[in-house]
Amino acid sequence: MGELSHTAGTETAVLEAGEGAGFGTTKLKDLLSWAQKYSLFMYPFVTACCGMEFMSVSGPRFDFSRFGSEAPRFSPRQSDLLWVVGTITQRQAPVLKRIYEQMLDPKFVLAFGTCASSGGFYDNYACVAGVDKIIPCDVYVPGCPPRPEGVLDGLMLLQDKIQRGDRTPGIVKPRRDPASNQDLGVVSLRRNKDAAT
Amino acid sequence: MSKALLDLVVAQFGSAVLGTHAQHGDDTVIVAPSAWFQIHQFLREDARTSIDMLTDLTAVDYIDREPRFEIVSHVYSLGKGHRLRLKTAVGDEEGETVEVDSLTALWASANWLERETFDMFGVRFVGHPDLRRILLYPEFEGYPLRKDYPADKIQPLVPFREVPNIEKVAPFGVDEGMSFGRQTHQRGHEEN
Repeated sequence: MGELSHTAGTETAVLEAGEGAGFGTTKLKDLLSWAQKYSLFMYPFVTACCGMEFMSVSGPRFDFSRFGSEAPRFSPRQSDLLWVVGTITQRQAPVLKRIYEQMLDPKFVLAFGTCASSGGFYDNYACVAGVDKIIPCDVYVPGCPPRPEGVLDGLMLLQDKIQRGDRTPGIVKPRRDPASNQDLGVVSLRRNKDAAT
Repeated sequence: MSKALLDLVVAQFGSAVLGTHAQHGDDTVIVAPSAWFQIHQFLREDARTSIDMLTDLTAVDYIDREPRFEIVSHVYSLGKGHRLRLKTAVGDEEGETVEVDSLTALWASANWLERETFDMFGVRFVGHPDLRRILLYPEFEGYPLRKDYPADKIQPLVPFREVPNIEKVAPFGVDEGMSFGRQTHQRGHEEN
């Protein structure tokens, strides 16, 4: 309960009678946030190679269950944190959106790896350039795939955000929609024929 | 390497073979599209070739050539250990009618390979039992691996989110991104 006993001006809790005894005072909102951030039931939406690193970070060596994010719930209705692990194709986007919509508030989304964050080098016809194009996203963990330390850092970042009561999703990176760009048009590769005419 | 294999094909289909070349053991036969099925059937059924495996089947878009598309197949003999590449050129300039005979009657593996080639290049395989998209979604328009498909054109199934204040570039607090040990901010989040 280290962070519950800060002594700054806007502290969230004060221990009244020393360590291990007595009682504490806090605000209900802060207590709820504190409970919430250490009981993130997760829904792993694993689609690609980042899943290997996800297994690593959930295994005993790195072990994110130390942060209370242990219990996977394979029903979105019972989960708080959606891990989007891997590339999301356009074909799979409706599935991800439906999973997100089935989750109950408060819900959080962690974009695991470069593909989920921005699409990475899959800037093509098939892939969604970042899951924040279709669902709100709280934390982005970069890397291809990210190191387990990076994932843990992202998880702590999310816990920090929950504790502060900040529900602002991450920024949606604007992406020029080429489908509506008339100037782009057809790529002209017919050098010989163009020169002839 | 297997010059004998090339000679055999040329002797059997003299007029339909438009050219051969061999480089570093890769033997290639360029055939007329009308003989596409017959040559594969011969290679599969003749005892001297006994080619029994279709390794790969795909297409190449040469946009400034006529015919525009080149269909490429790689076949292999498991028993004799020799392999052969076959090419044929089909399709008009605009890619409206690109048709070649299906090999599904010879190899079941041609089914999905031809569906993928149809999905990516729009090549129609005559005689294919179930020619529809295999990787992309049915709503997709056009064929993405054609050279005249715009390189960054996307066709989302889910529309992008409409987000107000999208120009708000910094969504995080001052110290957000810092772990507990590195936090220096005062907790100013009480009123929200």
